[in-house]
Parts: sequence; structure tokens; C-alpha cells
Amino acid sequence: QGYPGPGPNLAVNHTSGQALTAKSLKDLLSELKDSHGIQFSYQANLADDLQLILPEPKNGVQNVDEYLGTTLASNNLAYKKVRGVYIISKARPAAATTTTVVAKPRAAVQQDVTVSGRVVDENGDTLPGVTVVLKGTTRGTSTNASGEFTLPVPASGGSLVFSFIGYTTQEIAINNQETVNVTMRPDAQALQEVVVVGYGTQRKTDISGAVTAISSEDFVQGQITTPEQLIQGKVAGVQITPNGGAPGSGSRIRIRGGGSLNASNDPLIVIDGVPLDNSGVSGSANPLNFLNPNDIETFNILKDASATAIYGSRASNGVIIITTKKGTVGQKLGVTFTTQHSLSRISDKVNVLSADEFRRVVNEQGTPSQIALLGNANTDWQDQIYQTAYTTDNNLSLDGSVGKLPYRVSLGYLNQDGVLRTGEFKRGSIGVNLNPRFLDDHLTVNLNYKGAITDSKFADEGAIGAAVAMDPTQPVMSGSDQFGGYFQWLDANGRYNPLATRNPVSMLEQRDDRGEVKRHIGNVQLDYKLHFLPDLRANLNLGFDRSNSNGTTFYPAAFAPEAPNNGRRTQYEQEKRNSLADFYLNYVKDLTGINSRVDATAGYSFQEFENESPQFIPTDADGTPLSDLEPGLPTNDFYRLRSYFGRLNYVFLDRYILTATVRRDGTSRFSDEVRWGTFPALALAWRINEEAFLRNSPAVSELKLRLGVGVTGQQDIGPFFPYLARYTISDNTAQYQFGNQFYNLLRPEGYDAGIKWEETTTYNAGLDFGFANNRVNGSLDYFFKDTRDLLALVSIPAGTNLVNELITNVGNLETRGLEAALNYVAISNDKVNWTIGLNGTYQNREITNLSKIEDPDFEGYPVGGIAGGVGNNIQIRTVGYAPDVFYVYKQVYDEQGNPIEGLYADLNGDGVISEADRYRYKKPEADFFYGINSQLTYGNWDFGMIMRGSIGNYMYNNVFSNTGAYRGFMFPGYLSNVSPNVLETNFMNYQLFSDYYMENASFLRMENVNFGYNVGRIFNEKANLRLNANIQNLFVITKYNGLDPEIASGIDNNFYPRPRVYTLGLTVNL
Amino acid sequence: CDHNLDIEPKYDVVSANVYRDFANYKSILAKMYAGYAVTGQQGPAGRPDISGIDEGFSNYLRQYWQAQELSTDEAIIAWNDGNLRDLHDMDWTPANEFLRALYNRIFYQVSLTNEFIRETQDAQLSERGITGANLEEAKRFRAEARFLRALSYWHALDLYGNVPFVTENDRVGSFFPEQSTRAELFSYVESELLAIENELGQPGFEYGRADQAAAWTLLAKLYLNAEVYTGQGRYADAVAYSRKVIDAGRYQLEAEYSHLFLADNHTSSEIIFPITFDGMRTTTWGGMTYLVHAPVGGNMNAAAFGINGGWGGLRTTKNIVELFPSTNATPDERAMFHTNGQNLEIQDIFTFTDGYPITKYKNVNRAGVAGSDPSGNHPDTDFPMFRLADVYLMYAEAVLRGGGGSAADALDYVNQLRRRAYTDAAGNVRGNGGTISQGQLTLDFIINERGRELKWEGHRRTDLIRFNRFTSAAYVWPWKGAVPEGRGVEEFRRLYPIPSTDLTANPNLTQNPGYTR
Repeated sequence: QGYPGPGPNLAVNHTSGQALTAKSLKDLLSELKDSHGIQFSYQANLADDLQLILPEPKNGVQNVDEYLGTTLASNNLAYKKVRGVYIISKARPAAATTTTVVAKPRAAVQQDVTVSGRVVDENGDTLPGVTVVLKGTTRGTSTNASGEFTLPVPASGGSLVFSFIGYTTQEIAINNQETVNVTMRPDAQALQEVVVVGYGTQRKTDISGAVTAISSEDFVQGQITTPEQLIQGKVAGVQITPNGGAPGSGSRIRIRGGGSLNASNDPLIVIDGVPLDNSGVSGSANPLNFLNPNDIETFNILKDASATAIYGSRASNGVIIITTKKGTVGQKLGVTFTTQHSLSRISDKVNVLSADEFRRVVNEQGTPSQIALLGNANTDWQDQIYQTAYTTDNNLSLDGSVGKLPYRVSLGYLNQDGVLRTGEFKRGSIGVNLNPRFLDDHLTVNLNYKGAITDSKFADEGAIGAAVAMDPTQPVMSGSDQFGGYFQWLDANGRYNPLATRNPVSMLEQRDDRGEVKRHIGNVQLDYKLHFLPDLRANLNLGFDRSNSNGTTFYPAAFAPEAPNNGRRTQYEQEKRNSLADFYLNYVKDLTGINSRVDATAGYSFQEFENESPQFIPTDADGTPLSDLEPGLPTNDFYRLRSYFGRLNYVFLDRYILTATVRRDGTSRFSDEVRWGTFPALALAWRINEEAFLRNSPAVSELKLRLGVGVTGQQDIGPFFPYLARYTISDNTAQYQFGNQFYNLLRPEGYDAGIKWEETTTYNAGLDFGFANNRVNGSLDYFFKDTRDLLALVSIPAGTNLVNELITNVGNLETRGLEAALNYVAISNDKVNWTIGLNGTYQNREITNLSKIEDPDFEGYPVGGIAGGVGNNIQIRTVGYAPDVFYVYKQVYDEQGNPIEGLYADLNGDGVISEADRYRYKKPEADFFYGINSQLTYGNWDFGMIMRGSIGNYMYNNVFSNTGAYRGFMFPGYLSNVSPNVLETNFMNYQLFSDYYMENASFLRMENVNFGYNVGRIFNEKANLRLNANIQNLFVITKYNGLDPEIASGIDNNFYPRPRVYTLGLTVNL
Repeated sequence: CDHNLDIEPKYDVVSANVYRDFANYKSILAKMYAGYAVTGQQGPAGRPDISGIDEGFSNYLRQYWQAQELSTDEAIIAWNDGNLRDLHDMDWTPANEFLRALYNRIFYQVSLTNEFIRETQDAQLSERGITGANLEEAKRFRAEARFLRALSYWHALDLYGNVPFVTENDRVGSFFPEQSTRAELFSYVESELLAIENELGQPGFEYGRADQAAAWTLLAKLYLNAEVYTGQGRYADAVAYSRKVIDAGRYQLEAEYSHLFLADNHTSSEIIFPITFDGMRTTTWGGMTYLVHAPVGGNMNAAAFGINGGWGGLRTTKNIVELFPSTNATPDERAMFHTNGQNLEIQDIFTFTDGYPITKYKNVNRAGVAGSDPSGNHPDTDFPMFRLADVYLMYAEAVLRGGGGSAADALDYVNQLRRRAYTDAAGNVRGNGGTISQGQLTLDFIINERGRELKWEGHRRTDLIRFNRFTSAAYVWPWKGAVPEGRGVEEFRRLYPIPSTDLTANPNLTQNPGYTR
């Protein structure tokens, strides 16, 4: 991003008692802009005819921040500086109560008493420039650099109104106090005033696309391990589904559903201007978990094409721009230390037969040989594998500025244990941000660096299914020394039986699977305002993202499955390098003569991604190689993107906005002829509230209509050279023998010489609204996305290529939806502040074509593998349906409502039940998903909660289908537990494809409940202390019978359950 | 830094360059052979050649074997994987993923070989400066590629009948191949084999590679089944080409029958064309890994098979057991059944102990020592795709079917097999010796003898069709047609369906008769 950075901070030379002059606000700002090259944002009606009375500084304005603060405050105005842009507005709501903003020379007032005090922010830091007004009068002042104020008030008392942009206005009764100290609380809307968009920032009022900004004060609280959890349930149109409860694991992020089938559906993530590569990082469960959530200042989510098109070929699935926290100029040293301690535990277990119930069923249903296998133990295998897990998360940050060098340095240490025993995630992180200015503030330098070492110990998640299936009549330990003492099923010859369920405790305790990742991401951004033309900025951004991973998986010789080769140790390494160079010019000019404002950007970007992993030969437990083969060649993937982009934002009369964007992208993934793609977007916005008929409406504070259309692309398709005819060499484990010699295999790879961009056209119509001074505000968006040349893996005519299925440009996918967000400030006064936020998204995706030749008879591509036989799929991709609908038989029930085993409806009426009778029933995607959040502040107490949920998503209960048949314990030579569901169905054999196992998985989850208490000043007033307590995942309301209704795939097959987490924490600010 | 978008992969070779270096040729040749053995560029799984199915399932040999065996009286499987059960039930549909995988493997081989043949035309070789001995070798490689293409096309015409037809003249790209009839494809395969007959290596010139005897064996198979394929018998040609293999003299019967299926079977002089495997270097979850593991279960001792454990899947039906005078090696040692703890009758397909597993394939050598993979996963055992005993039986059958030749030789060849089966390692003859008289040598005897000698070697479906026993109600086996006692099924099932995926992808294709799309 290329914003100008914080205001100038020349030597403080504030003088008082100068002559006052009158000047219009517009002129003043214009002068300051010319002399200091800074950007302002204000409403036209505010500036046009407003006359200010202001002191004339002796030697010109030396410190803009301070000068503006005092000048504006005395005129009942305030400013908020957001990323270098000074946003001028009326001090709220004092301005409303004073009804006129025309400032007059302050008349002498009868003064009876003097009230003084100190204003601090939520962190206990002093707040300079806060407007303090005696309610109902124009009498007021503003706080000084130490946050202190003094104001004469009538002895009769009254109330003081404290206001500051970005903070909620507070009204406090004087009640004969001489000292009134105030803690300001951030306003939820604060940081939305300026929105970070690709390659720059835009004023919120000028935005014409679908963009949501979430800043740190609105983040989800509690034990947040990875960044995406910060905004879960907070943003309309964004669905974040955790991949499970493992420590450090990631989430599936979908912005408006994702527009692809086989290409990536992940949004582009940009951290401080460095776009990330979406692919996974070896040794890490989640490529985002290196980033410490405590370092994040804002998320800006770009949803429609007019917002994302600046990222061209990577924009089809939306863009998430993450900006990290920075120091500000003039700031004193601030030290913040937070520590959180959590306990996690599973909230429920999978229902299985107890040992006694199992004995009864086997005795009733089993053969003598099966009955003979029963043991005497009573083992609850799930109790054996889960634990109450402890997490500690500690962060220390220092920010401030040394002279002209603002800085922020942070250190984090997280240690999280999994509820599945032996799993662990540790992260040590460091963040450094420096943003000094040089050359009379014309050159701003932004240096961002984030480094982390993550250490993961991965518990074998197979133990979850094994604990469900393991015979409860068997003990954990066998009493013999064999296999490390763990009970394992043996075959008829006394050897380990590899077909039987493994002892889940041994799976956890006899596997050591570790991954370590060192990751650094950083960039240096040089932003130069031309000396001769300060309206023009040149911005150079050089960035990198590098990770080095290594890991090992170790099984001792005593681990039964690896006993034949004396244990096993496998190893991996990976190095990923992502380099970035961006350059752009940005020109911003107010053309007052024609009531217009122009903001134009043009730039160039180059990015290279490389990923290399060597191969290793596994060894036994003692380190002896398990083969004398040489390891194969490393895998190496790399690609480059070269881009040109431009954006024009034109605002007329402060109410008609046009944004035109174009990006031209070239990728090394495609051949010369189709390498370049052009991605344009156009949007119009109309700020209706600025029209004369609404401008003075007390009811409508904001009303903006947005219309946009644009084309974005997708090139993240998996293969790196999909167009190129090439030969690859095999590993040494795939050779072929001629005579006595083995030869490695040279394989010609399949390719599509003409493969090209997937293109998504997005239409968006949105309305932003705010009523009653924005006390009620929100937005409503309708969108329609049409993806053409869909990159899909399809069968190609046999014999025409060197593969049977090829990713090629075929097919169409349509997505339509409606999303709404509503925020309501229910109560806002000096004691109580209560806000409520709602968001909801309806969306529907449909495949409209999936083959080069139209074929209405084509069944589709089966997807969605399930447990219970290799290669069984429960979902299908068919034209005319949503992606991945379930493809099942219609179960027939008897008069009592019990399913009749093996009897299905003959849907095609041909007299036999065959594959042709399967039908497409429901889908894993929700029709509607929503979030509800509320925050209540009462004095020093605060309380908040987030609920989220979805409606219309269905789940295939694979736990029931795979363990819900008596056949389940009838394997030769061993017993296996079954689900009590079998007692309801009485199924003898598996009925894997019955729609009996389809369940409505709509849910409402109490995601987070948090309590906070500001203790206030401690350590002799030197520090501020805040305490917090959270419960995450407190409850889930659902009809679904399995453990968790929220599984992205819609297939519940021994999902790692998300724990309930109890957290206590404290924050100390110095 | 370098902002150029014209980049090439770091470790791969761009096709334009690969044929300039003769050292690459044998690795490309190896890939074409390995297409029958492994599933991709990484063993046992990883970087697969074909997709859309579990990689271990996608193995050529595994699926070819299943298509030829699971649909017959020779094999039944206990697994619940996808539509696997339909193969033995004989109610497969065009959506069957296993039949699709085999079809895709066949055409993958066709594409691979087409690519090599296209790139090694005389003009290309000369342009790339391949001369002298290298040129001679390159031409032989090309002939072997044509053999392998003919082999896969033979599988295609035998299993699917009317399939798309592509040759080296069709470049890699996006087009819709025409469908050839079974008879047209027969003529093409025949012409190809006749054309390369003399370009291939002398019989036995290098283990693992297709030689002249391999081409003759394939021609004999083509001719023996010509009546099924084209309606025109070609038994005289079957006699002639069987004879050529036998007369070449390079291939000799293995003295001990069981040695043909062990970890050191590459030393056998009976195997004309193997698919080779190695526990460390040629590894897959299909192929011989499947064939050694899948029939081990119940109370069988996996260690005796040189593996870490059985997969408890494959058994045979009583039809095969009853071909033998007893269920053990006395008197006919080819009766290799595990009977202890097993039931002869198959009440429940999914119960491994119903039906007898065949203990033919093992990952131990003649001395009983396990193969090279310490984990016990992947065997060293090679698959005998063509072996001399099969040629003997083809000769005898072609003679009986009126192809001329010598009736006495036919009887002698059959009796050589009988004598071997009835003689123990010490040279003692078991029982009555097993040999038969000229009068006993009938076509019925031949099909039964083929069952005894060649069971589980991937011949059964073709044989049953030739003897009109595959679909008819006159010959049934347990669970044929999905009923315990067995029943006849529709005649159209003599051909497998064209997979529905290819019918969608290629509008030139018409489904085989009897199948709905």
C-alpha cells in the first residue's frame, strides 16, 4: 500500500497568544497540503463556507498534527489520522448539540470553577486533541499532548462531552468534581474511514466496490491462534470453516462461495503489500499460522470485481488484505504485554457401544469364533486419546517513535496442546515495523518484517477413527512386551494383523511426527512525493516471503505395523521463496473548479514463486537406510507473474463516484499465445445522502448506491507448466528392469497447449446505509458471478493426450447471492455502550456446463471419497446442480419408520435397483450463513459474544454409515466396535449410499463469549491493567447427530472435534 | 531480477530436447513397459499416470487381471470398494470405475507408445543425429513400442471390442478419435505384429523385453480367438504361430510348476513375456503386490508368502477346485488351495473364509527366502503374462479346432504339462501320473486343463468366451449373475461397456450393444 504515512513531526514549537486570523477551512487545508504534501478528507459541505478563527503560527506550521488538533478543536471540528490521511469532520456529537458549526470568537463567560482531567484511550495511552465541550454550549477545549485538559465551567455544573474521531463520544456529568478522567473507547466504525485497497488506500466515502474492513477492536477475542479466526462470523459473504480442532490448524476461507471447481477457491491474501502464495507449507498444518494475530491491525476484504480487479488474475475468489500494526510519529513509548491461558476439552464424544453393550451384541449376533475374541476389559478408547489441553499465548509489544522514526516491535510465544493427546503447536514470533520519513517528509519508508518459528507435533488423527472402532472389551496394554506392551490384534499365526483396527493409544504414543517451519515475510516500501509535484507519488515496494521447513516422522521398532523393517523414520524438507517487486505512481488532485476529485494509479508488478523439496530415503529406527537406492531428484515448482495495472477514481460533486480499474497479467503457466489476460472493472456509486434533499436529513446519515461489473481471472490451477510438452524422470522406487539392470522412467507429461485463464465476470449491486447519525448502519449487496472457461479436471477423449483427465478450460459455474450487514448502537452514553451486529449471506452455486460437448445424459464426475471401501464417492458434479451435491439411494422405510435394509426406491422405474437409481440430494454448502455479535460496555466492564451458523447445509454421517452395521464386527480374526445406530437400523451389511445417512446440519454455534474488566491504573499509576475471560465454542444447536455439524466437505468421517476453550488473560499497558 | 515469463522447469526435460540424447531412449522405453507394472513416476504411489481413481486401483495389471478373473469362476473378492462387487455379479454398468480405469490404462499405453513411435520415425532419428549402432537400437525400441501398442490394442479389442482408434499419426491435442470396429482393430493389430516380427530381438535376447516369441505368442492368441473377434476362424494361423514359439527352442518348460510364481521367477526359461517387479525398485500397490497380498487371510501364514500380512480378499470358487482330483498337491500339484479354516461354499461374498484362496503367487524364492523389501510390502515376483505352457495349450486347442498341425504333438505338449504337475521335486510320479490319451484330448479337456494350468494368470474370461461358457446358463459358478447358485447372464456382457466418461468426451463413440449410456 502506498499511503503517505504519519504526519510530519518537526521540532515542537507551539506558541500561544498569537494574533487570530480568519480563514476558510478549505484554504487552510489547501495550504497545509501544499506545504506539507499531506492528504485530507472532508465533506465538501463542511469545508466550503466554514470560516475558521485560527492562530497564525510564527514560523509557519511546524507540527501539523498539533496545529490541526488545537485549531480544529477550537472550531468544534476534529480530525482522525488514518494511514496518513487526515479526515476532518465535525466533532461528534457535540457538533449536533451545538447545532451550528460557525465558530465565533469565544465570548467571555462567567467562570466559576475549573475542571481538569486526563483522557486516555482503551490501552491507557494518553490521547491528545480530544475535544472537550460543555454540553449545550460552544465552550470547549482540547486535550494537550499529555492528554490533559482544563476547562472553566459554571458552578451550576452540567455535563462534559468528550469526542474524538475514531472514538465513541462520551458524556460525563461534572457533579462538582474538580477532576474528570476519561477513558475513550474506540468506535466500531473508526478505521473504516480510510480503506486499504490494492496498491493504495481510498477514502471510505469514495469506495464504489464491495469492501469490508475489520479492525483490531472488532476482532474475535479469546484464544486466537491463526489470523483468519479473528474475523470468523464477522463479515457478510465470508465463510470461514475450521479444518478441525488440531492446534494450529487452518480453515477453509470462502468469499462468496468461490468461483472454481478444480482451480483454487482460496482468496488471495496480501500481508502489508506482499501477496502470498496459497499453497501449503510442509511441516505446518496451516500456511497462515506463522502470522501472530496480535500483530494485525486490520483486515480489508475485497469482495466484488470492482474492488479486486486490481489483482487481476488472482482476484476471482476475493482478496484479503492484512495490515499489521505500526508505530506513529510523536508517540511515546508504549509497552503492551498480554498473556492468555486456556484450557481446551472436547465437548462430546462419538456414541459407541460400551464394553458391556458390545459384549451383548457380539454374544447375540456373533459366531462362536467371534465370541471367543471378546476380552474382559472395559476400555473407553475415546477417553484414552483425548485430554484437557493447556494453551499459553504471550505477547509483548513496544511501539512509539525515536525522533522521526516510528517503530513497533513485537514478540510472541504460543504453546498450544491438542485435545488429541501428543499434538502440540508452538510458535515464537517477532514483528518489526519501522516507518521513518526523509527528505522533508517527501520520502516515506515502510519496513515490515514478520518472522516466526513454528514447531508442530502432529498427533495421528487416524486415532480418532480407531478409538471409535476399537473393541472396548480389549485393554490398552496387553501385559506382554510385544509391540511396546500395547495390545494389538494378532493374526492366526500370532503376528500383527495389519487389517485389524490399530490400538489408538499406540498410534498416538508410538508415533513422533514433527515439523518445524521458519518463515520470514517482509517488505520495504519507498513512497516518494515528488518535490515539484506533491500530488504525485511514486511508490516502490520490494518484498519477500520465504519459508524453510523440515520434519520427520518416526516409528520405533516396537510399533507393530513397522516392526518388520525395525521401525521407520521418514524425513522431508522444503524451501519456498516468493519475491515481489511493485512500482506505481499515484496522482491525487482536487479539481475544485469543476467540483471534482481525481485519484489515479498506474503501476507494474512482478512476482516469482519457487518451491523446492529434496527427497530422502527412509531409514529404520536405528538410522539404517531401508533401501540402498539413491533419493530421486528434488521436486521444484516455480512460476512468475508480470502485471501492469491502473485505477482511476473520479468523484464529482462529492457524490457521484466512478472507479475504473484494469490489470494486465502475464503468467509463466500459460503459453505465449494466451499468456496475457486483461481484467477490467467499472463501478459507479452515488452518495444519495449528499443530495440536497437528504443532506440535512436528521434521519439519514449515509446512503450510498454502488453498482459494479468486472472481470477477474484465475491461474492458480495446480500444475506449473500445464501448457508445455515435457518429460519427467521417475524416482528410484519406480524403475523397470531389463536384463539385470534397472532403468528410471522418462514420462511424457500430458499437456494442454492452449490452456488459459479462467474468467469470472462479477456483477454487484450494493447499498450502504446509515440512519440516526449512523446509529443504525449497514449494507446490502446482491452479486452474480459467472465463471467461464472454468478450469476443470475433465475426462478427455481416450487416446488424444498423455493423461486420461486434464485440467482444461471447459465449463461454466454461476454463483448468485445476497449479503447483508447491519450494525446497531443500542445504547451509547457515559455508562453504557451496547452494540449489536448482524450479518447474513444467502448464496447459491450452480454448474452450468462441464464438458466440451453438450451431453445431457452425462451423469457427472463423482467426488467426495468416504470411509468404507476404497474409491467410494458420495458426491457428484453434474451440470444443472450445485457443485458436490450428494448422490445417494432413496431409502425405503417400513411401517414403523425403520429403514429396510438394501431396499431403495426404484427411481428410474426399470424394475431393478442399480446405480442408475441414485439421485442428487442436498448439498454440503449452506444456503444461508450468518453471524451475530454484540458488545456491551458498562463502566469498566465489558461483555461480548459472537454466534454464527448456517442453514441448509447437509452432512453425510460417515461415522454412522461406516460403523452402523453388524457386519462391522464380523471381520475375520478381530472385533470392531459398532455405532449404537445399528440398534436403530438393524443393518447387517453396510448401506453406504443410503440417504438415511444424510442429515440436516444447519446449526447455530455460540462461538465466543467474552468478559473484560479494566482494572485501571496500577503500579502507582504507571500501568494500566485489563483482565479478560473467554469461552469459545460454548454450545452448538443443531439437529445433526454427529459430533460437529460444521465440516466443510459435508462428509463426517472422524473429524477432529473442535474443543471448547476456556481462557483467562490479562493485558498490561505501560 | 529476471522478469521473463518464458521459463522452463528446472529438472524436467522439454520434449523438443529429449530425443536429441540417445541416453534418454532406454528410459522412455522403460516407461512404456513399466506402464503395465507401476502406476506413476513414484513408487509405490505418487505422481500417477492416470487419475480419477485410487492410484493403487489404477494399476494396469491389477485391473486387467480383475477384468479377466473376477468376472469368472476363478476369482471372487471380499471387498466393498466402490462397484468392485459388480464384476463378479456380472451386472457392471458403463459407470464402473474399475472398467474405466482399465480402459484408461489401455489408452494411456497407446498414447505413450504413439508418442515414442512418432518421435522415432526414420526422418526424426536422422535429423537428431542418431546413427550407427544407436540407430539400430532405436529401431528395435520402436518395434517394441509397436508390440506394446499391439498388446494393449489386443486387450482393448478383447475386452471392449469397438474402441477409439489412434496411431502415431494423431498428434497430442484436442480431437475426437473415430471408433474402430472389433474386426478393424483385429486387422490392425495383426498387421502391426506381422510388420515388426523381424525387427524385434531374437527370442530371449534380454529379460523383460518383448522379443519375436512374444509377438508370435500374441499373434497365436489373436488367431485362436479370431472367430470371437471377427466371426472368421484363423486356427491354422494359430497353429503356425504357436509352433514358431515352440520351435524357436529358446523357451523351455520350468521343471517345477510352483517355481513359476516365486520371487526368483525371472530365472525361469518358461516365461516368454513377463511384467517385472522388484520389492525396492519397481513398486506399486497394484500388480504383484496385489496378487500376493490379496489372497492371504484367515489363518494363512503371511510370512510363508514373504509378506507382512494378508489383505483378505481373493478366493476362488468350487468350480476351479473341482477341476482337480483333490484339494491338495497330491496328485496334481497345481491344486494350490488353502483349505484350513476355509469353506468351499461361498455363502457370503464378503467373508474371506468362504471359498478357497489360491496360494500360487509368493514373495519367496525357491529356497523359501523372502524378497528384497524389508517391510514385506512389495514382492520381487514377476507376472508371467505369456509363458510356454499357454502356447502348448493354444497349439493343442487350435489343432482340435481344425487348424491342422500335429495331433500327436498336441497330445505330447499337454502331457508334458500333466507329467510336470504329477511329478514331485524329487522326480517321483504322483498318483497315476496324470497323462492322458489322444481320445481324452477334447476341447472340454482343454478348457479345464487351461483352468488347472493357467488359473489366476489373466486368461479365464477370454477362454470362457471362446468356449461359450462365459454368459450362458449352461455353465454357472457361485454368485454368477449375483445369485448364490449362479445363473446365466445377457450375452452382451461378453464385451465390457465403453466407459460413460469417454462417451461424453468423444461424440464419435457409440456404446456397445446392450448397455444403456
